[in-house]
Parts: sequence; C-alpha cells; structure tokens
Amino acid sequence: MNVSIKYRIGKSMGFQVLTIALSAACVAPLIFILIYILKAGLTKINWHFITNLPKPVGESGGGIANALLGSVIIIGCASAMAIPAGIACGIYLSENKKSKLAYWSRLCIDILQGIPSIVIGIIAYFWFVKPLGSFSALSGSVALAIMMLPIIVRSTEETLLLLPDSLREAAYALGMPFHRVILKVIVPCGFSGILSGVMLSVARITGETAPLLFTAFGNPYLSTNIFKPMQSLPLLIFNYATSPYNDWHDLAWGASSILLLWVLLLNIFTKIITRKWKIQL
Amino acid sequence: MENTIVKSVNYNSYFGENHVVKNVNIEIPRNNVIAVMGPSGCGKTTFLRGINRMHELIPGASAKGQILLNGEDVMEMHPIFVRLKIGMVFQRPNPFPNLSIYDNVIAGYKLNGIKLPKAERDKIVEHSLTRVALWNEVKDSLNKKGTFLSGGQQQRLCIARAVAMEPEVLLFDEPTSALDPISTSTVEELFHELKKNYTLIIVTHNMQQAARVSDKTAFFYMGELVEYDDTKQMFTNPKDTRTQNYITGRFS
Repeated sequence: MNVSIKYRIGKSMGFQVLTIALSAACVAPLIFILIYILKAGLTKINWHFITNLPKPVGESGGGIANALLGSVIIIGCASAMAIPAGIACGIYLSENKKSKLAYWSRLCIDILQGIPSIVIGIIAYFWFVKPLGSFSALSGSVALAIMMLPIIVRSTEETLLLLPDSLREAAYALGMPFHRVILKVIVPCGFSGILSGVMLSVARITGETAPLLFTAFGNPYLSTNIFKPMQSLPLLIFNYATSPYNDWHDLAWGASSILLLWVLLLNIFTKIITRKWKIQL
Repeated sequence: MENTIVKSVNYNSYFGENHVVKNVNIEIPRNNVIAVMGPSGCGKTTFLRGINRMHELIPGASAKGQILLNGEDVMEMHPIFVRLKIGMVFQRPNPFPNLSIYDNVIAGYKLNGIKLPKAERDKIVEHSLTRVALWNEVKDSLNKKGTFLSGGQQQRLCIARAVAMEPEVLLFDEPTSALDPISTSTVEELFHELKKNYTLIIVTHNMQQAARVSDKTAFFYMGELVEYDDTKQMFTNPKDTRTQNYITGRFS
C-alpha cells in the first residue's frame, strides 16, 4: 500500500513539475524576443530617430518619422472604420442570439478571423488600388479594418452576453426605448470589455505587414495624404531588414523595438483599464 | 366598478406553443394591494409581466386578450408608454451598476432623456427615497454606486426608482424572495405606505406574505385564475377545493 501511495504522490508531483516547466516554456520565447530586439534596437532610439526621415544609402543616421506617422494614420483610419461597425455588430449578435442573420453573421465573422492577412491584402488591392489606380494608405486601412472586425465583434458580443438580463429588464421596465437601453445601460456597463477588445484589435493589426504590401505600399518620404502611398512601421522593417545596408538594418532594429513597445504598452494599458473601469455587477 | 384601475379580459399568454396563462379575467381596484399566489410554474409571473408588456420581450412569447388600464387597452398602446404608467420591481434587486444612488432614482428621467432642472431632480430623489424609507440611510452617500448598498436597501432603491416615475400601478415580482427576513419585513411595511398613492400587484409564492400584506388575493393554478377574493375571505373560507388544498399546504 505504501508503495502504491508513494507512486501516486510521485506521479502527481511529476505532473505538477511538467505543467510548470511547460508554462515556463510558453513564456520563454516572449522574454527572449523582448531581450533580443530591445538589446539591438533600444540603443538606436532617440529623439532624432523618431523625428527624422530615413537618409539615403551611404549617409548614416536618419529616422523613421514617416513610418511612425504613417502607422498612426493608417491605424487611425482603420479604427474609424472598424470600431463603429464592429461594436454595432457585436451589439446585434448579443441582443439577437437566435435570429438567422445572427447565426450567419457569427459564422462569417469566425471565417473572417481565419482568412490569411495576405489574402485580405489582395482583396483590398482589387477593390481599391486597382479601381483608384494608385497604391494608397486608405486601401491599407480597409485591409486592416477587415482584420480588426472579428476581434471587436466577438469581444463586444461576449462582454454584453455576460451582462445579466435583469439589467435589460430594469431598463425596459422604466419605459426606455431599445436604443436608449443599449446606449445608456448595456454599453456603459460593458464598456471596459468593449474597450479592451478594441485595444487588443489595434495591438493585433499594428504589426501586420502582409495586407499593407500591395495597398499602402510604403513611401520613403513623409506623407499625410491617405490617397497616396504611405510608409508604416512593419513595411519599413520589411524593406530595410531585407536590404544589404547596415545603416538600414539599424533603422529596422529601432523600428522593431518601437513596434514592440507600442504593442506591449497597448496590452498593459488594456489590462489596467479593464481592471479599473470594470463595473461591479 | 368605477374604482377599477386594471382589468384583464380573456387574457392569454404563450411561450411559443406553450399556453402559460389561460383566459384570465380579473378586476383590480385602485389603491389596493393585490397578491398573486400559486405554485411554481402556474403562470403568475407571466401574467404579471403581461400587464406592463414585459412578457413580449422574451423571444417566442406572445399574448392575446385585453389588459385595460383605466379602460384603455394596453395591448393597443406603445409599450414604452405602458411601462411609464405601470412600474415594475423584480425578484432580484437590479440597480444600474454604472450609476450612483442619486442617478439610479432619477434613472427613469435621466436615461429616457427627460431634462429636469436640478432643484426638481433633487426633490424627486428625496421624495422617492423618503417614500421607500431609504432617505435617512443614504442621504449622505447619494454619490456612491447603487451596488454599494445591502440587498434590502438595493431593493428599496429599485422601488424608489419605480416610484420616481409616478406610475399608477406598481408590479412586484417576488420582491422579497432574494432578501433576508429583516429586509423583507421592511419592504412589506412599505406596501402599506405605498398603497395610499399607488395600486400594488405583488406576485409571491409565500402564502404568509400574501396574507400579511394584501387586500385581495388571486390564486393561480396551472395557468388559470382559480379564485380571486378578499384576502381574509380567501384564507378563511376558500370556495375552490384547489385553493383550499394549496392554503392548507397539501401541495405547493
């Protein structure tokens, strides 16, 4: 009996050690990536780096101002398109759980989530770049907005489904019309969840390169015209890292670090907001 | 009866194919407390939710017949208007968790976009909270969240929220079943005060409560209104054997 119990305790311990070891293995890549990129890129980042344009080959120095501004504009446009539509769709799905339209929308959203980003890029190319006759930041934004949609829709839907029905009933019993129930009660109560979905979707698309390759295209100069090609961080990294010049490699490392910090901060910020604004039900 | 405020005529309600409330005819006099009792699943809550048309919010639910409020059929009115006239308090206290105590009381105005001067709002809040005997307990913490209160206080806050709209009828769906005995007795005492200004319809599966608080009692069984009479009469001398069996505890 003693032997069998010892064996069982041993097995239990072994399993615990295994789960801990494998969890550590999951965290390790992130830590290595962080260390590696920050070590190579952090030293390149300074005021000059973020406020200047890239220099031509042969001249040292230069910065990534165009890519930084480009990323902000492209993501801003994508958010302006995806956030209202995504939240509205999430509200619809949570309020109409059983309708046919909800079923099909949910299915489509799930499939949309699985479409490779490069395919979305091609679609945006055929929809916008070809008819308009030029690469443009706007077409890149459309591609990114399509990628944001499923994340926002799903997180909105799931957040709102968690709200108890008693809340809706309380609002309806006061004679509130549907739109006020949604806008004044349901959305404010689920605000932190919706916001965290939005921020995660922004973090998700910040580093997307493939959909921008043949839409926003890239631009070595500073541009704020969304109907013209525009540089963005992932494009800059892609182009400069594959170039044969050391100066450009440095720019790519610096840009990578900024991209990484951006995503990291967004994630941390999301966590803080979700915790702070969470409404106690 | 001139004094009738709510009257149902051949009222039926359904969940899909399921016939839940069967041909109910009832006349409810003004400024009375009416208890609606019956075993679980007898349709009493469904009937109550039909009166202010909350029933139809459930997918697949439908209703037939008439519910008359002061002689006007609520089925013909817009549900929003009906619910302003007929307030409702639920089984579990459900204050809006994103609003302060003050805003919870005024929620019916604030969230409906009805603008009032601050003085008037203050008056409504104080008046409503006084009505539900909560003013003295919360007057110094009006800016705290409604969920900060205890369960019994939250329920009184919800009553204040309904009272603030100055409805004619107040519906209570097992208002004390989630409360402790002390909070329950506080809420029950309120009913006596509230009936001076409103007509109260209270669903309860607690017979003692029905006997304590109501003027008239309706007994529902299997979706039918079996008996409807003065509470005293009903509890001392029930006419129907099913009522008798229920009151004497032969089934619940």
